[in-house]
Amino acid sequence: MIHSPYIRKPASVQRVMGTVLVALLPGLAAYVWQFGAGILVNLALASVAAIAIEALVMRLRKRPVALAVGDLSAVVTAWLVVLSIPPIVPWWITLLAVIISIGVAKHLYGGLGQNPFNPAMVAFCALIVAYPALMSQWPGAGQLDFAAQLDLILGGARQPDGITAATALDALRTGMRSGASVGTVFSGNSAFGIAGGRGWEWVAAGYALGGLILLGTRVITWHLPAAFIAMLAVVSGLFWLIDPAQHASPLFHLASGGAMLAAFFIVTDPVSGATTPRGKLIFAAGIALIAWLIRSFGAYPDGIAFGVLLMNICVPLIDMKTQPPVFGHRGGNS
Amino acid sequence: MRSLFRFHGGVKPATNKAASTSEPIVKAPLPPRLVVPLHQSIGGTPHPLVRAGQRVLKGELIGAADGNVSSAVHAPTSGLVTAVEPALMAHPSGLTMLSVIIEPDGEDRWAELDRLNYKSTPPDELRDFVRDAGIVGLGGAVFPTHLKMNPGREGRTRTLVLNGAECEPFITCDDMLMRERAAGIVKGTAILRHLLQADEVLIGIEDNKPEAVAAMQTAVRAEGESMEVVAIPTRYPAGGAKQLIRVLTGIEVPHGRRSTDFGVQCFNVGTAYAVFEALTCGHPLISRIVTVAGNVDRPRNYEVLIGTPMSDVVRLSGQRTDTTRYLMGGPMMGMRMPGFDVPVVKATNCILVASDALFPPPPPEQACIRCGECARACPADLQPFELYWFSRAKNFGKAQEYNLFDCIECGCCAYVCPSHIPLVDYYRFSKSEIWARERDKSASDQARERFEFRNFRQEREKEEKAAKLAAKAAETRAKLATEPAVDGAAATPAADAAEDPKKALIAAALARAQAQRAAAQPKNTDNLSAETQAEIEQIEARRRTTGNAPASGPAPAGTGASAPDTQP
Repeated sequence: MIHSPYIRKPASVQRVMGTVLVALLPGLAAYVWQFGAGILVNLALASVAAIAIEALVMRLRKRPVALAVGDLSAVVTAWLVVLSIPPIVPWWITLLAVIISIGVAKHLYGGLGQNPFNPAMVAFCALIVAYPALMSQWPGAGQLDFAAQLDLILGGARQPDGITAATALDALRTGMRSGASVGTVFSGNSAFGIAGGRGWEWVAAGYALGGLILLGTRVITWHLPAAFIAMLAVVSGLFWLIDPAQHASPLFHLASGGAMLAAFFIVTDPVSGATTPRGKLIFAAGIALIAWLIRSFGAYPDGIAFGVLLMNICVPLIDMKTQPPVFGHRGGNS
Repeated sequence: MRSLFRFHGGVKPATNKAASTSEPIVKAPLPPRLVVPLHQSIGGTPHPLVRAGQRVLKGELIGAADGNVSSAVHAPTSGLVTAVEPALMAHPSGLTMLSVIIEPDGEDRWAELDRLNYKSTPPDELRDFVRDAGIVGLGGAVFPTHLKMNPGREGRTRTLVLNGAECEPFITCDDMLMRERAAGIVKGTAILRHLLQADEVLIGIEDNKPEAVAAMQTAVRAEGESMEVVAIPTRYPAGGAKQLIRVLTGIEVPHGRRSTDFGVQCFNVGTAYAVFEALTCGHPLISRIVTVAGNVDRPRNYEVLIGTPMSDVVRLSGQRTDTTRYLMGGPMMGMRMPGFDVPVVKATNCILVASDALFPPPPPEQACIRCGECARACPADLQPFELYWFSRAKNFGKAQEYNLFDCIECGCCAYVCPSHIPLVDYYRFSKSEIWARERDKSASDQARERFEFRNFRQEREKEEKAAKLAAKAAETRAKLATEPAVDGAAATPAADAAEDPKKALIAAALARAQAQRAAAQPKNTDNLSAETQAEIEQIEARRRTTGNAPASGPAPAGTGASAPDTQP
């Protein structure tokens, strides 16, 4: 028996996820342009693995396989997790990342829509704790050709000094630890580009462009990226104004690491994030604050993933406390 | 230009209104058979006033309003009542409802018409007249109109809102009514305004109906009324009474409150027209404008007699062969009809002819990804996905806490849901579960209260009895103390009373019981026939001679201790 409404907007989960994949393309293009095509190998591997794991788990759970694979949510998770980790990690790290994100973080909690934590960030955090060395080997812009990257991905021997360069956040951390000021660290290091890390600023710009696509197609609302960017800019700007020698500028923070990927693609995960308008602002601002704290004072170069997981924990409370007033129950209604 | 207000959310589905507005309203021909359900409004079911075999005239009362929260039902044409029996209702449940079946005689002869000058009639009489004319809200809610014709607490109404928004796709009956009969609507509105003592009248029409806006403006000017026709942005569900009041006045009427508490009252344009017809022409509500749209060759509006089988109306528009079902109302909130021959009722604004091609079954339900599209579309500012999670988990308390009952079931959430979740069905399920539980609870509460009251009553009666006995004993004791002797029978025991009050009491009680027994017990020696009396006397004589005479008892001669046992 079908009840009203009998008409539906042409919308589907598949369309939402497809839009997210399309929106990732500008950032991905910049990535390949600046750092080589190795990322594509891991991306392809992760996509295939994600679909396989999704299908396998759905089969084990005796749920419709085609519907789950067709919704593209597994592919989105796979892409996000690959874009979060270094592009030259060996293939088994990529595989592990997909298994953790989809097999554990998503399906152990009940599959699509049920996971309290962002699957890509769960995988990222698990791997950076388990394989800190492999997870921090980022190539510099134009440092490795495709053949070298492919060799590393397929498990070739690694000489960290030869294949990677310190990222901007790493270089800043190391420089600050040695007592230098921000200015001297920046001036003598090839890791820094125009705004953030060399090459990475273009990738960040690409992600931001993709974010505009998501906003334009109403897949996301302005609340999450705006609150994330604003909080990161305000808190880093405040300390930068107080002491520019000891703190990097807001622009550097926004253009470095995964800030733009996070602002438009990670914190905007609807399943594990806050849902009310005010809740979204709190959630994203909280992530930005934690990320800045870890970047500035923590042991890890970037803290967005931890920020996301910590704020995921707070989501039920945030949502509960930020329920918008219902029609007719607003204050000042006479 | 009046400044308008926004309501949150809403959707903009394809309106599909052009096809059915290209031709004027057509009067549907008399069908061979009319099935007029007696219950066509919120409230009590009218009692049938006619029997099978009786002739009725057009407009004759066939069902009288049952109490004040009810509305009368009339014969839509003249003819013969062939039956008064249950017939399939225009409701998805497939239940039946007592209906008057009329075979039209083709003469369409009116009963004697009763008109009323509203200006010289007291309000109470006017309201009774409207109730007896069977007028109910024609926007679809069929709330008895006379109950809404009351000014608020202050005896005045600030704003009378006339609802011509008609926001549901496909439906154009109000649009066409406004285009063609604007003067009648304005006159009806003037009557409503008079009753409500309304300061201002706002006629809200969605701006996708420029012809209706123009027609209404012209009519308002021609009638010399100070009413304002307001074109409002087209956005479903702008025609919901609360949404329209919000858009026009900025007032939000919360769930469970009446708009009159805020000085606002809202009527559908069709209702205003029906009021005009009833008072000015004396015509009770026996027909209405019905849009036939969807899977038909010629979508159109018809003036249809209440009780006409829907298939007879749809046939006029050319029903296509792949039709699967009829919907009553629009595609957002319409109800699926249990058959093709269910009658047009006062709530039938539209017969939407459906096919699987036009309204395909929804794609399979997917998991909710909490994207919040539903919350952005909800005109009641709810968080529909939260209500969905709670309903799915049967966490009804939480669903209520998240204002489930503020949901107006407009369907916006399900319309936008990318996971194709039939969200409204989940809310209907939760609501009915909560109602069922409340019914159960109140039933068990009642049973418990009855039981507790019974215990209390028994306890109380016991105490009362004891108190009464004690009082009586005290009284008797006092009496015995003051009066030494009572009567002959009790004389001897009473003499001892002074020495032993208790014994005296017992003796007094015994004497009383004896006297009572004597008085109460019917004696088989009373009212005897002459022969029996003679026989008894013979026996007595025999006894005396044998010396077996019983001890002296109270007069007349006793029949012995065994006498009661021998009684029949």
